Amino acid sequence: MAEVRAEMVANVWKVVAAEGDHVDDGDTLVILESMKMEIPVLAEGSGVVTKMHVAEGDVVQEGDLIAVIA
Amino acid sequence: MFDSVLVANRGEIARRVIRTARRMGVRAVALYSDADADLPYVREADEAVHIGPAPPAQSYLDATAIIEAARKTKAAAVHPGYGFLAENADFARKVAAAGLTWVGPDPAAIEQMGDKIRARNLMEQAGVPVSPGSREPLTDAAAAVAEAARIGYPVMVKAAAGGGGIGMGVASDPTELQAAFETARSRAERFFGSPEILLERFVQHARHVEVQILGLADGTVLALGERDCSVQRRHQKVAEETPSPGVSAALRDRMLDAAVRAGQAVGYRGAGTVECLVDTGTGSFVFLEMNTRLQVEHPVTELVTGIDLVEQQFRIAAGEAPSFDPAAVRPAGHALELRVYAEDPVRFLPSPGTITEWAEPTGPGIRVDAGYQAGNTVTPFYDPLLAKLCAHGADRRQAIERAGRAVAAFAVTGPKTNLPFHAELLASPEFVSGDYDTSLVSRLRST
Repeated sequence: MAEVRAEMVANVWKVVAAEGDHVDDGDTLVILESMKMEIPVLAEGSGVVTKMHVAEGDVVQEGDLIAVIA
Repeated sequence: MFDSVLVANRGEIARRVIRTARRMGVRAVALYSDADADLPYVREADEAVHIGPAPPAQSYLDATAIIEAARKTKAAAVHPGYGFLAENADFARKVAAAGLTWVGPDPAAIEQMGDKIRARNLMEQAGVPVSPGSREPLTDAAAAVAEAARIGYPVMVKAAAGGGGIGMGVASDPTELQAAFETARSRAERFFGSPEILLERFVQHARHVEVQILGLADGTVLALGERDCSVQRRHQKVAEETPSPGVSAALRDRMLDAAVRAGQAVGYRGAGTVECLVDTGTGSFVFLEMNTRLQVEHPVTELVTGIDLVEQQFRIAAGEAPSFDPAAVRPAGHALELRVYAEDPVRFLPSPGTITEWAEPTGPGIRVDAGYQAGNTVTPFYDPLLAKLCAHGADRRQAIERAGRAVAAFAVTGPKTNLPFHAELLASPEFVSGDYDTSLVSRLRST
């Protein structure tokens, strides 16, 4: 099981993957936006998205849980 | 001169405009969102108005609320700074319709230059060199592929209504072009509200050199020297200098001359910037775009000319003559600007956070335009610019030495900053040699 966490304070612009989706290493899970920059959050291994903790428009803090891949 | 001005911006540029206004005895009104109430510019203004929540659409981009704030505070003029509404012709018209003085060019000039395709076509007619590129907007990938075959690869893909490097990409074949086109189009729609794309022949080894122009109240257009902005990451500037070490006296004459023609072609009034690409192989240049506002990196021009560009903007908007003799402008020495961003110095990813320590460098030739101080929080809502660290010297070597000492002395704790990157840049043989191009930063990062 892998937990994907936010690297910085950001707004959640787009949620690309949904719970139940199968993702591969390097697939985009969500796209964050901070300081006028889009920051894709990528899967660091393949598996199924068992939990998507954020929704579009949310604000995440550094270290916040974004998704769980198992 | 008008007696008061509302500064429709935030951070370092609001503070910089307020400083000149106050020196000239013009009452300065600041705007602030929920995120910016504690920033220095709010305190330094004569008056400050809360404009709305943090997201720009509900604060610094809310034209109606801004004009209402000007009415409420009896401001006589509006200075837009850069970014936000600075190049929004509708806003400029609304300001004028409300009986306020717009500190900027005529809305028609903003419109002509805001559409990059129209601007290219107009410049070509005015005898300003342009690169091979689109004469009509492109909205689908198939048309883009056909157009690229005519222009020749590699091509640069850009939003026609865009700026700030957002969505820009390079493609060297039709497959890459399809992908770059889709990226550019989705970004263009999202950031600029228009899906129109243009293609331009990509210059492989180029310097990004721009000319500062000033359209005076009597219609004269002046060129106040160039700035080299080739130090870029993600197509966005990180450091600038004047004069450009890659521009010969003969090339400078031709560029300044073309910039004046560009300004004359749109009847330009106020401060503007004509951006060009210089091909380092051939020594030729092409027009890129014109920015119809004060430029972020204007301080380097101020340092070598001794001219306060914001003061000239105010004077021109008020219909007055400039404060200097146009025939006697003699740039002296060399100036650098380093943009201090809240971002990590390796991957250049944003790093918001609370500033616990902030100590600016001082010394001969050092100028710091900062938007923050200790205790402020850098939020994710706006661009990552914390401060502009500028160094002026008798020559380039002295400017680099002074900048290097200032970078070492600049202490910021809290958000990560790119100050270590600047230390590295100033020590890199390629930058020091002056013989660099727009891929310098990626070369520094690949070793």
